[in-house]
Amino acid sequence: MAVKVVRRCELTLWEKLYVPLILGGLKITSAHFFRNLFLHSAHRLGLLKHLRASVTFQYPEESRPLAARFRSRHRLTVREDGTPRCVGCMLCETVCPAKCITIVAGEHPDPNVEKYPVRFDIDLGVCVYCGYCVEVCPEDAIRMDTGILDVSAYSRDEMKLDIHELMNPALRKPVGDCSLTFPHQCRLADGQMKGGW
Amino acid sequence: MPILTIDGRQIDAPQGSTVIQAAERLGVFIPRYCYHPGLSIAGNCRICLVEVEKNPKLQIACNAPVTDGMVVHTKSANAEDGRRAVLEFLLANHPLDCPVCDQSGECDLQNFYMNFGLYDPRFREQKVKKKKAVAIGPHVMLDQERCILCSRCVRFTDEISKTGEFGIFNRGDRAELALYPGQRLDNPYSGNVVDICPVGALTDRDFRFKARVWYLSSAPTVCNRCAQGCNVDVHYVLDRPHLNEGARVLRLKPRYNADVNQWWMCDEGRYGFRWIDEGRLTKVRNRGVDSTWEQAVAAIAAELARLQQHKTGSRLAVIASSQLTNEELFLIREIFQGVLGAHVTASVPTPPGYEEDDFLIKADKTPNTLGATLLGLSGPGAPDATAIIDEALQGRIEALWVFGHDLATLIGEEKLQELSRTLRLLVFSGTNETSTASRSHWVLPTAAYVERDGTFVNCHGRIQRIGLAFPPVPDSREDWSLLLEIARQLDHPLAWRTPQEIFQGLAETVAPFAGLSYQTIGSQGALLGSTSIGFPPQEADRCDSQRGERERAVTGGGANGDPWGPRIKQ
Repeated sequence: MAVKVVRRCELTLWEKLYVPLILGGLKITSAHFFRNLFLHSAHRLGLLKHLRASVTFQYPEESRPLAARFRSRHRLTVREDGTPRCVGCMLCETVCPAKCITIVAGEHPDPNVEKYPVRFDIDLGVCVYCGYCVEVCPEDAIRMDTGILDVSAYSRDEMKLDIHELMNPALRKPVGDCSLTFPHQCRLADGQMKGGW
Repeated sequence: MPILTIDGRQIDAPQGSTVIQAAERLGVFIPRYCYHPGLSIAGNCRICLVEVEKNPKLQIACNAPVTDGMVVHTKSANAEDGRRAVLEFLLANHPLDCPVCDQSGECDLQNFYMNFGLYDPRFREQKVKKKKAVAIGPHVMLDQERCILCSRCVRFTDEISKTGEFGIFNRGDRAELALYPGQRLDNPYSGNVVDICPVGALTDRDFRFKARVWYLSSAPTVCNRCAQGCNVDVHYVLDRPHLNEGARVLRLKPRYNADVNQWWMCDEGRYGFRWIDEGRLTKVRNRGVDSTWEQAVAAIAAELARLQQHKTGSRLAVIASSQLTNEELFLIREIFQGVLGAHVTASVPTPPGYEEDDFLIKADKTPNTLGATLLGLSGPGAPDATAIIDEALQGRIEALWVFGHDLATLIGEEKLQELSRTLRLLVFSGTNETSTASRSHWVLPTAAYVERDGTFVNCHGRIQRIGLAFPPVPDSREDWSLLLEIARQLDHPLAWRTPQEIFQGLAETVAPFAGLSYQTIGSQGALLGSTSIGFPPQEADRCDSQRGERERAVTGGGANGDPWGPRIKQ
């Protein structure tokens, strides 16, 4: 094995003087401070909006731009008749490494669709946002493109999404009336989630 | 016998057998759709193409008789090309609705495409539309689009069930599988067409959409619905309680046994598993109040001991059951007949089910009647259950222990109520909530047959192990462990700790079981030796005659290796 000789970095006389470099550092910090002070004041007055004041995003008033491939909260895509595109093949439940997806399948009245999920729950408290469910779906029925990042709740139970919240990402807890027109199982049906992993 | 070479290896195959059978014996798998070892040869799917030297064209292995000096290549480029082309034709009109198809995961179209296909599809035209999701009988759903017209089901209903419901109609790409006009697929063996269908054309209505097949665990056991004792695999799910309302058992599938059921089983056995998960007893109860095992065993043993000390053992009776294993019946005999001197019987009339036929279905709907008879608890010499109940109603019996039976079906609700009032002690140990359970003084929840180990003896004198698929429901115990505990409380501790050890004791004590062990029984069972009461030997012969010259299929547990050994998946 070849030996690599690393030379110790010796300070020059200018650097050893100490004070000039301290002043150099103070200059950078102060430049940022005064620039931000100026620009924030200008923004308050509605001026110079095209210049960013600082690298900090003022969350939640200001949201960071998301990359197109960014994986955010899940949603179930919907057919024209209001039923989910999902056919209950359970590949996402199978592939899920966190075992956070719970599906119960039922008979669809249209024999060309045959199967649909009567229950589809995702436990976001368990989900690792790996995106395998989206990857594996043969029907493009589940996507992670809602852009919702602020998933927060006061209890673990509230982290569980049922078919209502998955089909309509705009819904927020507590979900009001059950608006789905097809037979399904949800927490609104009997007041609680049944079983699960 | 002709000696032929398959993939460079020589084999001595019986005259009249075919290349596919010879290859199977060599361990060379040749894909097949229409070929089934239990059915006649149709040779219409063409997927089993092999190259035979000095033959200008590829041959179908399922219908090519072996000849001396034949040289067969199953993996040559020619054979693989042919196979791939056949698969492309078979899939030309296939709908590829695998996501909604219950067969996916155990579908031979999927398997063989991955193993032998992997071509780029060239079929750009409109696929032919046919009928989907047609319920053609109480148990079977037909999807004509998925059918590849292998005609296995047609041959099954012609040759095995002899009911002839199926036919293939029209020609060319319009050819479709259907029932003859006015017919329904409603014969006692209809579920088998689902097993033999290599694709998703025939699926099980009962299993429909309940789970994906890759969720299932499998354990070998024996059907308990009649005296034939068909070998089955129980398919269950333990880790997904949201499926099927939390039921663990999702379906039963026949397991190959040349001497018992070959590849088949009847619908009564196949769909008679609901009770394993529905209406189970989960609590020890004392006159309607929840209790514990410790209290129950102590109280019952104390009462039994009291009857024993007063030399009134004959005032004690046990109605055992032919649903119990030999091991448990043996313990009952040792403890109740031997130690306590009680009246013991396992001879209880059971409600009739499917009518007996000359194939698999037997009129006797309990799986271990012959075992109980060999132990002297049933048949000639054993008292009858109704006689014991009459004695009890007349006050000559003080304590009665009922194993699993619902006496209400035998004597009616009113008499059962009277019996419960007359007796000092009425113990019910069983799996499900029944009238007898609700009228009993003590209710002891016990394990279903798939939840415990043991053996049954079928009507032909074949002893078969039922294995243990999964643990009992919470707070229930296996009958054998309950009986051992009772023996301990009675100060007659028995040395055995497991069903296997109990069976050893049984084999040493009861002559017909002599020399047998769980190892010699294996996964395929073993015929009992000559028995004192005997069963007509021609019975056993008839079983064999049904087998014919058919070769052993790829299904079923191997004779080597313990099929009940530790499984990775639970």
